[in-house]
Amino acid sequence: MSLIIAENVSKTYISGEITIEALRGLSFQIEPASFISFVGPSGSGKTTLLNLIGCLDAPTSGTLRVSDADVSHLGRKSSADFRGKNIGFIFQDFNLLPVLTVYENVEYPLLMVQDTPAIERRDRVLSLIDSVGMIDQKDKYPDQISGGQKQRVAVARALVTKPKLVLADEPTANLDHKTAYMVINIMKKMKDESGTTFIFSTHDQKVVGEAEMIFTLEDGEIAGKSAPGGNGHA
Amino acid sequence: MLNLFRIAIRNLMRYKRRTFLTASLITIGVVFVLVFIAVSGSFRNMMVGEITDSFLGHMQIHKKGYVASIDTLPLTMNMGTQAVKKVEKAISEVPGIEASSMRIKFGGMFSNFVETTNVRLNGVYPEDEIRTVPLFPERIIKGDKIIRKGEILVPELLAKGMKVKVGDMIVVVATNRDGSVNGKQFTVGGILESATGPGGRDGYIHMDDALEVLRMDGVEISEIALRLNDFSNLDEISGKLNNILSTELNKEGKPAFEVHTWEKLSPFYNIARMIDIMTLSIKVMLIAIVLISIMNVMIMAVYERIREIGTIAAIGTLPKKILSMFIIEGFSLGVLGALIGNIIGVSAVYLLNISELTFNFGRWQLLLMQ
Repeated sequence: MSLIIAENVSKTYISGEITIEALRGLSFQIEPASFISFVGPSGSGKTTLLNLIGCLDAPTSGTLRVSDADVSHLGRKSSADFRGKNIGFIFQDFNLLPVLTVYENVEYPLLMVQDTPAIERRDRVLSLIDSVGMIDQKDKYPDQISGGQKQRVAVARALVTKPKLVLADEPTANLDHKTAYMVINIMKKMKDESGTTFIFSTHDQKVVGEAEMIFTLEDGEIAGKSAPGGNGHA
Repeated sequence: MLNLFRIAIRNLMRYKRRTFLTASLITIGVVFVLVFIAVSGSFRNMMVGEITDSFLGHMQIHKKGYVASIDTLPLTMNMGTQAVKKVEKAISEVPGIEASSMRIKFGGMFSNFVETTNVRLNGVYPEDEIRTVPLFPERIIKGDKIIRKGEILVPELLAKGMKVKVGDMIVVVATNRDGSVNGKQFTVGGILESATGPGGRDGYIHMDDALEVLRMDGVEISEIALRLNDFSNLDEISGKLNNILSTELNKEGKPAFEVHTWEKLSPFYNIARMIDIMTLSIKVMLIAIVLISIMNVMIMAVYERIREIGTIAAIGTLPKKILSMFIIEGFSLGVLGALIGNIIGVSAVYLLNISELTFNFGRWQLLLMQ
């Protein structure tokens, strides 16, 4: 059973008298435990598509199913609830909460979204922080660690709720090549360990090669689909 | 909830300067209001105390219609012996009344043998009067603090105008209810300080002397002043007395008596009401200042933290929890300012209290805080 099924998904934005067709009738399927990349130039619709899959926005037309649920018409509360249970997010700018430590940032979704018991929470948070190699930095605040370290913390935060899907919008855009590969490899390692599906968008052609499947977007349509297989550049 | 507070406090600490400025604004507002309420409340209570405890009493009972005609001090509207007994019985049935004082009020001529002028006089039983208005002796600024038979306590302004002093002989001439005129010599036993309100510039003589001047065979009473054990029970006791006395009807079938609390007798009540309204207005203004300043800070915080809000929303934080975070942050800011304001405000009130600062109000020199 596919994790994501998109059927003729379109998204149109209307700004005054201008209508922008961000996505035009996309149809695709993504299997569980896969490592997928969406690539394409700016304005091709990558972020819009990730927003739709992540239930941050709703398609104008078409059907989008994620983890066997129709997410095309979820309300604010339902979509927040769905995201909290099923989806993790990694952002280009890391978006760690500045008033929380590394430990607290990773703990946040369990504490504030899922109400996980304290003992289970602590074990899971420490295990994940250890997995991304940040255990020595766990008491530091985001402004005390580097960009690469922040993104590793963001990966741990995205995975701490054991989501079926992690969406990463340009996760390596603000990192140098070496750090970018390290983050991508951590993501792959976590995918292998947890069976979580990772979908990321990127401009970086070298990073793209790490994906198991690449969807190329152009002008809101899927222009191509390829499977480089991932060759482990790190 | 504790976690929401923890995040709120950290966010407040994150913007130290803004938090400090907003909390300071709230603090200043709270201090100002506390001091204002304390000073105005103290002034109000002090004035009410001066009025009720020095001459008016907490409440008064009259024959129906007497208060409306009080300017002419009509002897025809006094309570006779039977009426007084009925009132005394009613007073005895209502618990919480500490003391009562019967008064005959009448107008007469005051002569120092050289000049003559008008005078308003109260005939009282001294012990009852002092138990009912315990600050009365403090109004006697010259002479012994007591009313003796054959002596008169002369109001300060009258004494000054008529150039009489303690020990001088004067004559009081009055017309009784039958129209006959009678006079009696008195020794000036004391000079009485003026007070604000009806009866505040009256002279005082002993009840027996009043009966003699007015040639009354039995006791006829103009008013009965009452003092309560607990002033806060004023309305309750007034209501009870009214209920009992309203069953006593006059010849026209209307209630024979009327009960008035000090509020209905003294013009100061309007000033007290004004103080209450001003205090309420200041409180409303403070709340508005606090809420607007917190709202302003919170709006800025929301605009500044759009990205953070987006992040926690994407993670799955429910909208109401995100709203709670900001409300708790604003609440914490308000509580912080109010707490500091209360500490400083209470300290300021305490300092004002122990410093015993005074101010002049009319002829009185009053403590700023009592």
